[in-house]
Amino acid sequence: MTYKKNSLWQFLASVKLALFVLFLLAASSILGTLIPQGKGPTLYAAFYGSKLAALMADPGELANILTRVTMLLGLDNMYHALWFQTLIGLLAVNLIVCSIDRLPAVWLMVSMDNLSLAQGKISKMPFKREFSGRGNMAETVDLLKESLATAGWRVAARTGEESTILFSQKAPWARLGVYVVHLSILVIIVGAMIGSYLGFSGGVNIPETLDSDKIYLFEDGRPVDLGFTVRCDWFSLSRYPNGAPKEYQSELVVIEEGQEVARKVIEVNDPLTYKGWTFYQSSYEPHNKIMVTVTNKQTGSKERFLTTPKEPMRWQAEGLLFGIKEVLATDTNQVYRYRLLISGPGGQNSLLLDDNSQGQIGTDQKDGYTFHVKEFYSTGLQVSKDPGVWWVYLGCAMMLVGLTIAFFMSHQRIWLIVSDDKFIISGTSHKNKIGFENKFNKLTGKLSKQFEAL
Amino acid sequence: MDSSQLLGISIFGYLLASAIYIAALLFRWDKAAISGTIVTSLTLILQTVALGLRWQESYQIGAGHAPLTNMFESLVFFSWSIAALYLLMEWKFKNRTIGAFAMPFAAFAMAYANYGGFNQQINPLVPALQSNWLIAHVVTCFIGYAAFAVACGLGIMYLLRKPEKEKSRLPAPQTIDDMNHKTMIFGFLWLTAGIITGAIWANSAWGTYWSWDPKETWSLITWFFYAAILHARLTRGWQGKTIAWLAIVGFLCVAFTYYGVNYLLSGLHSYGSS
Ligand code: HEM
Repeated sequence: MTYKKNSLWQFLASVKLALFVLFLLAASSILGTLIPQGKGPTLYAAFYGSKLAALMADPGELANILTRVTMLLGLDNMYHALWFQTLIGLLAVNLIVCSIDRLPAVWLMVSMDNLSLAQGKISKMPFKREFSGRGNMAETVDLLKESLATAGWRVAARTGEESTILFSQKAPWARLGVYVVHLSILVIIVGAMIGSYLGFSGGVNIPETLDSDKIYLFEDGRPVDLGFTVRCDWFSLSRYPNGAPKEYQSELVVIEEGQEVARKVIEVNDPLTYKGWTFYQSSYEPHNKIMVTVTNKQTGSKERFLTTPKEPMRWQAEGLLFGIKEVLATDTNQVYRYRLLISGPGGQNSLLLDDNSQGQIGTDQKDGYTFHVKEFYSTGLQVSKDPGVWWVYLGCAMMLVGLTIAFFMSHQRIWLIVSDDKFIISGTSHKNKIGFENKFNKLTGKLSKQFEAL
Repeated sequence: MDSSQLLGISIFGYLLASAIYIAALLFRWDKAAISGTIVTSLTLILQTVALGLRWQESYQIGAGHAPLTNMFESLVFFSWSIAALYLLMEWKFKNRTIGAFAMPFAAFAMAYANYGGFNQQINPLVPALQSNWLIAHVVTCFIGYAAFAVACGLGIMYLLRKPEKEKSRLPAPQTIDDMNHKTMIFGFLWLTAGIITGAIWANSAWGTYWSWDPKETWSLITWFFYAAILHARLTRGWQGKTIAWLAIVGFLCVAFTYYGVNYLLSGLHSYGSS
């Protein structure tokens, strides 16, 4: 009659479907970890060929068939294939329909008036004890109210002709925990969809001192305008004594309409975010060049030179001639020392400068120039804009809260039907029956000190 | 005393504790089982001190970081988590027979850490690993893994328990089943937290919270698997033997996620990039 009787609805609301979809998702995900992702057809033919070679003499034909199947089913980019995304969509639909199907009944349980529950139902609850009363309903009720309150159960009462019903409950909302978990999955899926439709993920390499107003998408290399410019003032690579990389850093400057609007030294795990775009330190590229920055201390004028060892450099305007005579090793692994020869108006001079991560500044005393020498790099930035990420995080938080509620809290209810000469106490818990049983027995044990058990 | 000596002693501590629990169970030495608790507790303290020392030693060599960053250290922490979780359960469920099924996992993890041929040196961290999320990620994951290991032990216990026997040395089948379920949901919560902290870390280091790499994917597969067990139990009434077997299979999934992926799938994937 209603849509709920519809068999398609029943199917979409069933936990059977959920189990089936979870199984399919797990099984296909395994496939995706066995088949290399994101490669071309020729690689797959070689891949299957090499795997099958252990099993058969001439794997060529079968390898070709498998390759065709791989490409046809999109197994080369499985997690983004339509059928895989459809499975996730089916999980979402399953969750939505199942929740719509069950929530009304659950809400009824959360919000119901338990005092008006039929006495027949109350006395059929899973846990139950009977005690003799004090011969007077009102007196018994007062005594009970007090001892239940000290045991942590605040009771509400409804007095009738022959009996009074007392009721107390704990955490009725615990029944909603599961739905918070299920909703959190939907929130995460929505966040992921926002990210994949409205987000960008790409990268850009910026040589030191230069800038870029574009990034290039990982997917297809397409350039995307940032709407502002990012400059890399310097990149530095520091190492542990054993030579392993310790930190990559870049000083990034964001320039918008000619103005510097942000500046940050980023490192791995500590990116720069500007207008929704986040710049991550991800790699670097050496160019086998040495960058020398010369500054005239008096006038402040400054010039950068890219050079290689033994190459004479000339700063025409200042009449300065200099060059790196040699590159020396230092005590520290992979930190080099440069011997700089300078010939200026004041005569010859020589400086020894270490390239310790950010380069060292040396001063040519005679002529009043400073020299800063370091290896020249490009910084490799991964750049992304993901407006969905906060939804994903919200979903994650909801999931943890929801799981904690669903697993460790239960809606516990107790009723007492009190008449003049006796009373019944009964109780139930929507889960963790064993835990509740203990609690119930403790409570009735306490009551049995005051009243006589029947 | 340095940390590696203390860790060496921990292996024998956990082996001894396992032996005591198993012997107490086999030979019905109910009174002796408490010595298993004592040995486990002392070893846990020793191992905690060892981890603390190793942390301190890492600062002395200028590579300061929590001892949670390679296979060796993670196995040590795995065994630590199992022992800690087991003691908690022994106290909560008031039952020492679990020790015979849980502590061998701790002993094995510790012995394998030491004799499995892993690099035991303290190495400085590459930049990507220098994050507090790493600590959160590893700790949460391994508490989850430890719970699943214990659940696997409880599954084995269930299968060994002869249901027809009224008086068995092992707890009643329903009790084991209930403990198994509780351990699994505990593990599920921490595995969830582990996946989430891993995603947050990935996002702060690389700008993507999920990239379907084999390790991530396998943790998700494991998560799906346990989610399916929970639903089957809650809504379709699966329990007892079926759940016991699933707890064992689930732990195989965990072991593959933790260990297998590194050694079996990396081969496949390095193939692609070579
Ligand atoms: C990966 C996805 C899912 C997760 C993580 C998840 C999580 C949970 C959790 C934690 C519980 C509570 C279990 C307990 O208390 O022991 C639960 C219960 C339940 N789930 Fe899911 N769930 C998922 C998908 C689904 C789907 C797709 C359905 C669709 C039918 C579904 C239907 C149910 C139902 C009917 C219950 C029982 C509610 C009750 O009666 O208390 N779940 N789920």
